[in-house]
Amino acid sequence: MVSKATPPQIKPIHYLAYGFLGFIFGITLIKSEVVSWFRIQEMFRLQAFHMYGVIGSAVLVAGISLFLIKRFGARDVHDRPVMVAPKEMNGGINVSVGGLLFGFGWALTGACPGPLYALIGSGFSVMIASLLSALLGTWVYGILKPRLPH
Amino acid sequence: MLEFISRPWPWYVAGPIIGLMVPALLYTAGKPLGVSSALRHACAAVLPGKAEYFKYDWKKQGGWNLIFVFGIFVGGAIASLVLHGGEAISISAATWSDLSALGMTDFSGFMPSQLLSWSALGTLPGFICIVVGGFLVGFGARYAGGCTSGHAISGLANLQLPSLIAVIGFFVGGMLTTYFVLPYLI
Repeated sequence: MVSKATPPQIKPIHYLAYGFLGFIFGITLIKSEVVSWFRIQEMFRLQAFHMYGVIGSAVLVAGISLFLIKRFGARDVHDRPVMVAPKEMNGGINVSVGGLLFGFGWALTGACPGPLYALIGSGFSVMIASLLSALLGTWVYGILKPRLPH
Repeated sequence: MLEFISRPWPWYVAGPIIGLMVPALLYTAGKPLGVSSALRHACAAVLPGKAEYFKYDWKKQGGWNLIFVFGIFVGGAIASLVLHGGEAISISAATWSDLSALGMTDFSGFMPSQLLSWSALGTLPGFICIVVGGFLVGFGARYAGGCTSGHAISGLANLQLPSLIAVIGFFVGGMLTTYFVLPYLI
């Protein structure tokens, strides 16, 4: 089903759009305090609704958007049909074990990947060490991938 | 207006903005929201090595993602420099008292300085939170094929069963760490 049409021409204006969206995302992460280690503790201790409200309403809005996109067969800026690739399940070990390990890390650092960048930008320079470590973790995963159960 | 956006944003403002990132990125980049892939693209760009996992055209597949995370960094800087309201984070009384009981004293800023600061990095608890935690975030996200944005937001919104399993894993892992590991670190 993949068309072999010429790949889209990505122009500077498109890169500007990706950067602008990241900018809005970064401001939102900081201003809603979801970058806060304390807010993540509230979430894992089930003691506040805030994080559940943020994630829940984000899923709802994204879900309605995806429904409308599929319903009306929307096309992207390069006139390609918008498609969301399904997530890989395999035997389910990748998502369950990987998810568990990610959860350990999320509770320790209090930051998932998006907030890492936002926190570094907002001056918490120690998160540079966490980001470098996350890159190392990614690299080690890439090396070990053929030998890990998926 | 500036005063309004300088205050902390409630969940019903932040959540929908984050949710709208999904259609906005699908329209502009043809990709759903996902942040942890940028870690893979960065590895592919800098130290691909021999691993198959890093052998692909990172500029073509990941260019949008790398620019997007650079935008997050700039957004974080602007939010703190220009839109900073100056309030302490008002966490729930229950969390405050639980953490105090464990020995936490400093509740200022986004993170506890006794665990997450350059001076804490040299201590064992600080090293575990900053370095081991960061490693697990990177390793776990790529093993699972996504993080909070890719699985919990894009994946759940797209009704993906693998994402639901991953998100359950995130929360089980986070709660186990909260109740059985953090008490020894704080």
